[in-house]
Amino acid sequence: MIAGRAQGAPNISYDVAAIRKDFPIFETGIAYLDSANTSQRPRQVTGAMMDYFEKFNSNIHRAAYRIAEEATVRYEATREKVRAFINASSTKEIIYTRGTTEAINLVAYSWGRKHIKRGDLIVLTILEHHSNIVPWQILAAEKGATIEYVDIDERGELRQDKFRKLLERAPKLVAFGQVSNALGTINPAQEMVAAAKAAGATVLVDGAQGAPHQGVDVRALGCDFYAFSGHKMLGPTGAGILYGRRELLEAMDPFMSGGDMIKAVRIEGTTYHELPWKFEAGTQAIGEVIGLGAAIDYLSALGMDAVRSHEREITEYAYEALSDIEGLTLYGPPPSRRAGVISFSLKGIHPHDLATIADRDQVCLRAGHHCAMPLMTRLDVAATARASFYVYTQKDEVDRLVGSIQEAQRIFK
Amino acid sequence: MSTAADDQFYREYILDHYKNPRNFGRLEHPDISHEEDNPLCGDVIGMDFQIKDGVIEDIRFHGRGCAISQASASLLTERLKGLPLEEAKKIGKADVLGELGIDISPARIKCALLSLKVLKVGAYGLANDEDED
Repeated sequence: MIAGRAQGAPNISYDVAAIRKDFPIFETGIAYLDSANTSQRPRQVTGAMMDYFEKFNSNIHRAAYRIAEEATVRYEATREKVRAFINASSTKEIIYTRGTTEAINLVAYSWGRKHIKRGDLIVLTILEHHSNIVPWQILAAEKGATIEYVDIDERGELRQDKFRKLLERAPKLVAFGQVSNALGTINPAQEMVAAAKAAGATVLVDGAQGAPHQGVDVRALGCDFYAFSGHKMLGPTGAGILYGRRELLEAMDPFMSGGDMIKAVRIEGTTYHELPWKFEAGTQAIGEVIGLGAAIDYLSALGMDAVRSHEREITEYAYEALSDIEGLTLYGPPPSRRAGVISFSLKGIHPHDLATIADRDQVCLRAGHHCAMPLMTRLDVAATARASFYVYTQKDEVDRLVGSIQEAQRIFK
Repeated sequence: MSTAADDQFYREYILDHYKNPRNFGRLEHPDISHEEDNPLCGDVIGMDFQIKDGVIEDIRFHGRGCAISQASASLLTERLKGLPLEEAKKIGKADVLGELGIDISPARIKCALLSLKVLKVGAYGLANDEDED
């Protein structure tokens, strides 16, 4: 059962119990508080994938028989669903990748190696996930470019004054996350993109934590590239998206090369396929892409407004519950300005020990640096515990987390 | 609900070594000092060794991390103090895990063995220096 579309809070028609019935994994009794890491998948998604594997498994774009046509149609149908979901102007701007990491690497290699030169400035932020740092570090080292990181304030929000200061130095590229995976900070992405564009920069937005929870309108956002992963938005692993403005993608050389991305291969040279297939070399993750399409259908049926308001409600509930615990430190902004992610630490208890104790209560909690080591260094912590929420999270799961925290405090008393 | 004393994983002696680590701190003039980290969780353990006539005469460890990594390091230093370096080199994973005396899940095994890694790399590093002498 998919709940009806609801606009804004209070979210009366949003039926979490009905939604949870679509997710067989909850029959195991787990409390799943790690959706920022990877989400769970509803039957609709695994079912769409099984249909492909069991009924029309075949390769796309080449065979002349019926099931291969079916596979091609369903594979390409996801592209239109993604286009509509992010409001891109054309399916030519929707490139399938394995996920956000590959999408950012694609830009770093195909766009970056052509456009970044010695002495150029790349602006990132201290909130970034490693996948939006390391590809640029490699590029900068290769080209002799410089990277500057926008700092945060004590609430874990980007210092917009420092960002504007860096823009005065005319960076060639600005890349930042829509939402911080470690702190849940929702960045003022639209303002930041506008300022960066006005400064003449090309702008990439890492939407890994944005698209699944906040949704996105890439044309309103105005960025040049937008990257996200299917597996964080109810889809399977191995299927993600790079959105790029058409004129930029047209001018870029392929990232991976080989089969399917070509128009003609001759001994003397090769002409590449047109967009978007120019960037999709080799046999793709067909079943996974079809699964991603089903995930977008599911989210669209819920409505992203309803998703946002449900997550907001759970986040406020959890924030309040955790604030009441003695010896617990919360990181990041207040719940009104954060997505469904709460990072915290407990006095005298290492996050890994808390995660182990929570695991005994079947509470799935992340402990670690959340692939954001520069941010952990900035916060002067080795690791934090992190609870994150999604469309299926219910208050009972937060209560169970509180129980595990109390148990840990009792053991480590 | 269990009580802290009968917790099968966070046993009393583990918590004791975590809260009151033995041989914790630094040596002023160590013959060897080595540090390792667990990049997955950011835990760090370092050890300072003072060696006399091939015997670990004194030892200190420092760092930060979970109860398992810290208790494991504390227990290991107790065992190492006064032990000939050649004997120390023979200490293996099974010894360290046996000393901890609890069931370690695959997710936590790196925590338990971080201090052993410090010992191995540190002790072999010292051996190489001696060879050059």
